[in-house]
Amino acid sequence: MQCQECGKRPATLHFTKIVNGEKAELHICESCAREKGELIPGTSSGFSIHNLLSGLLDFETPNPMAKQPAAKCETCGMTYAQFSKIGRFGCSHCYKQFSERLDPLLKRVHGNTVHVGKVPKRAGGRLKTKREIDRLKKEMQGRIEREDFETAAQLRDRIRELENEMSG
Amino acid sequence: MAKRKYVKQALSQWMNGVGPDSEVVISSRVRIARNIRNMPFPLMADPSRSLSVMEQLLGVAESGRLNGLGKIEQIRLTDLTELEKLVLVEKHLISPNLANDSRNGALILSPNEDISVMINEEDHLRIQCLSSGFQVHEAWDAASKIDDIFEEQVDYAFDEKHGYLTSCPTNVGTGIRVSVMMHLPALVMTGQINRILSAVTQVGLAVRGLYGEGSEATGNLFQVSNQITLGQSEQEIIENLFQVARQMIEHEKSARSKLLTESRLRVEDRVRRSFGILSQAIIMDSKEASQRLSDIRLGVHLGLLPEVNELVLNELLVSTQPGFLQMTFGEAMSPEDRDRSRAELIRSRLATIS
Ligand SMILES: [Zn+2]
Ligand SMILES: [Zn+2]
Repeated sequence: MQCQECGKRPATLHFTKIVNGEKAELHICESCAREKGELIPGTSSGFSIHNLLSGLLDFETPNPMAKQPAAKCETCGMTYAQFSKIGRFGCSHCYKQFSERLDPLLKRVHGNTVHVGKVPKRAGGRLKTKREIDRLKKEMQGRIEREDFETAAQLRDRIRELENEMSG
Repeated sequence: MAKRKYVKQALSQWMNGVGPDSEVVISSRVRIARNIRNMPFPLMADPSRSLSVMEQLLGVAESGRLNGLGKIEQIRLTDLTELEKLVLVEKHLISPNLANDSRNGALILSPNEDISVMINEEDHLRIQCLSSGFQVHEAWDAASKIDDIFEEQVDYAFDEKHGYLTSCPTNVGTGIRVSVMMHLPALVMTGQINRILSAVTQVGLAVRGLYGEGSEATGNLFQVSNQITLGQSEQEIIENLFQVARQMIEHEKSARSKLLTESRLRVEDRVRRSFGILSQAIIMDSKEASQRLSDIRLGVHLGLLPEVNELVLNELLVSTQPGFLQMTFGEAMSPEDRDRSRAELIRSRLATIS
């Protein structure tokens, strides 16, 4: 995609802004962005990640059927408006409170919405077991395809054990 | 009271060792952000809550669980002067953010200063491991071990979907930021730097200048770090950065050898001139100092300045910063005073070796 400003260089920066309910997309190259004073990560133009975030946070969920998210975190008192202004949460419950609007934002920032990394031993025990069950199920499938039914049966038993542990 | 070494000495002990690929990578760093379950993040915490966060986290150090690190320091930010905080920022041991807003902020520091744990920064806990040269995997292993030690004592804010919950959504998930500080003079001189930096930003990494005003790169120093923290495992994040940095190192090295074969006299002249100026100048502003020190660093690694070693350069990199100058020559200096003292410091340091 070419830059919308100069039409010469490839567009490397993509913004979506909602102005008065109208969605506007902007695709520009870095040099035009610098000239326009749009702020880019890693350049000298005084960019702060929180500035960029507040631009992204105005993004409304496009699905009108989506439930209206809580406007305020009941635990710490931070409002969504406050959050979108400073780009930081007040407490861990804000993630739940603002969850409806969060995924589009996280998708833009990280390209993903689900954690796959390290899990704390105590608090994350359930998740660890869940991941282990998924892994064992995949392995079991492979064993069945290779007609190694004995190992598959052992894996099935282990999966049941873990599933019982989780529900218990 | 005598100043302690972490504010008195410019160079942290871990920077004494010459790490792998140190001709291009000055240091590697991994930072892990964590928060305590059911406690508001520092931004929204009232003083009594942030105090209890601080006490709980310092308690882990107190309990001796960090014993493996040797004799650690526990420092409350309120016990430091503004200048001492600035010095710690210049040594990369605390962030400017913690220095500026340090109510109930604290620091746990290992004897080598290679591990620094910040309390009540943007998140309750920020574990940082530094190593000299190109050692991102090693830095991650060290940081992850400290993380495990805290996790034995502290219930982290963790969510099955979003992972470790952080104050800023740019850190959520793994909470890790891995970065390398690189010296890339040959890529700058040969005009390849912009192309390479734009390629780097397209694979999800960020590049910042170092020690500059804002984020301008001074002294050809660049910091490359991951931007994505959610949806990739720590290993993937580190490996991605490792591979990209590896390629940047190779590009820089080949640009250097090309400079040496194609324009040796010009490079040698530039390096020797910078050495001459730094050894003789009476006034030296910070921008010129970092550019000239960059020339010298390049000269050392190209074998053009056998009399200078890397250690001196690493020390000057830190000790010519405003905080350190004021620590050495007296507080409250005007910019003119600083430029004079900077020149004096560099002159005398270089005089001892030539
Ligand atoms: Zn353009
Ligand atoms: Zn909240």
